[in-house]
Amino acid sequence: MPHDHHDHLSPSGHPYRPDNDTVLTYWQQMEIAIRELLIEKQIVTAAQIAGQIADMDARSPADGAAVVARAWTDPAFLERLRADGSAATREMGFDIGPMKLIAVENTETLHNVVVCTLCSCYPRNLLGLPPDWYKSRAYRSRTVREPRSVLAEFGVTLPDTVEVRVHDSTADMRYVVIPARPAGTEGLDEAALANLVTRDSMIGTGLARSLRP
Amino acid sequence: MGGDAAGPIPDASHDFAIWEKRVDALMVLCAERGHFTVDGLRRVLEDMPAENYDTMSYYERWIVSINQNLIEGGVYSTAELAAKMSEVAARGDTYGDATGG
Repeated sequence: MPHDHHDHLSPSGHPYRPDNDTVLTYWQQMEIAIRELLIEKQIVTAAQIAGQIADMDARSPADGAAVVARAWTDPAFLERLRADGSAATREMGFDIGPMKLIAVENTETLHNVVVCTLCSCYPRNLLGLPPDWYKSRAYRSRTVREPRSVLAEFGVTLPDTVEVRVHDSTADMRYVVIPARPAGTEGLDEAALANLVTRDSMIGTGLARSLRP
Repeated sequence: MGGDAAGPIPDASHDFAIWEKRVDALMVLCAERGHFTVDGLRRVLEDMPAENYDTMSYYERWIVSINQNLIEGGVYSTAELAAKMSEVAARGDTYGDATGG
């Protein structure tokens, strides 16, 4: 750190959050202005904004991992997930909002990968906010043109016998990948299986962790 | 953008700043209240010149789009926004000062 902020207090006497003490940008100024106008016009309250941030912060890839582990162990659930991803995840208590969730399954001969070429659509209500690379120009441009080389950058090298299918998300349709269940995991329970499911494996840029011997 | 040539996928990641989380929350809450749709958000993002992807951050592009949608929807006027932005800037030079109590 270039200097220490411990003595740097806001007018309210509280220390600044680390990201609050840099020079105000034009766009931050606009965010504050819009937020205050919306509160003054009683469209939202400050508490609702804080609540929405807390809800979003609480979502994480662990939610998606629980869905995958259930799909691996419960054939009836897997059927419901295939038929209606939104309803099946809601049944597990996840609030996925109005979006249509489509689960796509990886097999020995098929690998699915998800992108949003237009913007950054992502199953955010199931996995939390997308990683920065998912929103990057490079990922969005190249995944539809050369998915195998993009996957290789993530360390996923697939034989030619495996078909790669790229799914382009839309505002209303979000995809989640059900990675292939690793070999040798027959004896594991749902919670142990969920630990093998990474965020990237549910985007398709990774595989589920294999079992450590 | 899909299909364009581009360099390696960046592997850096960052924790979202509070102002970015607030932009995200405003998008969700305003959409829930019918002030715009996700398609409306995307329309403005897609209309932006490609340079904006090099010069502006993700949530900077989002606040531009949210603003345009809210003005078009008549939620507030450009004059109201200008007045409020001046008021915000007069509070101080940092986000912490300008965002008030």
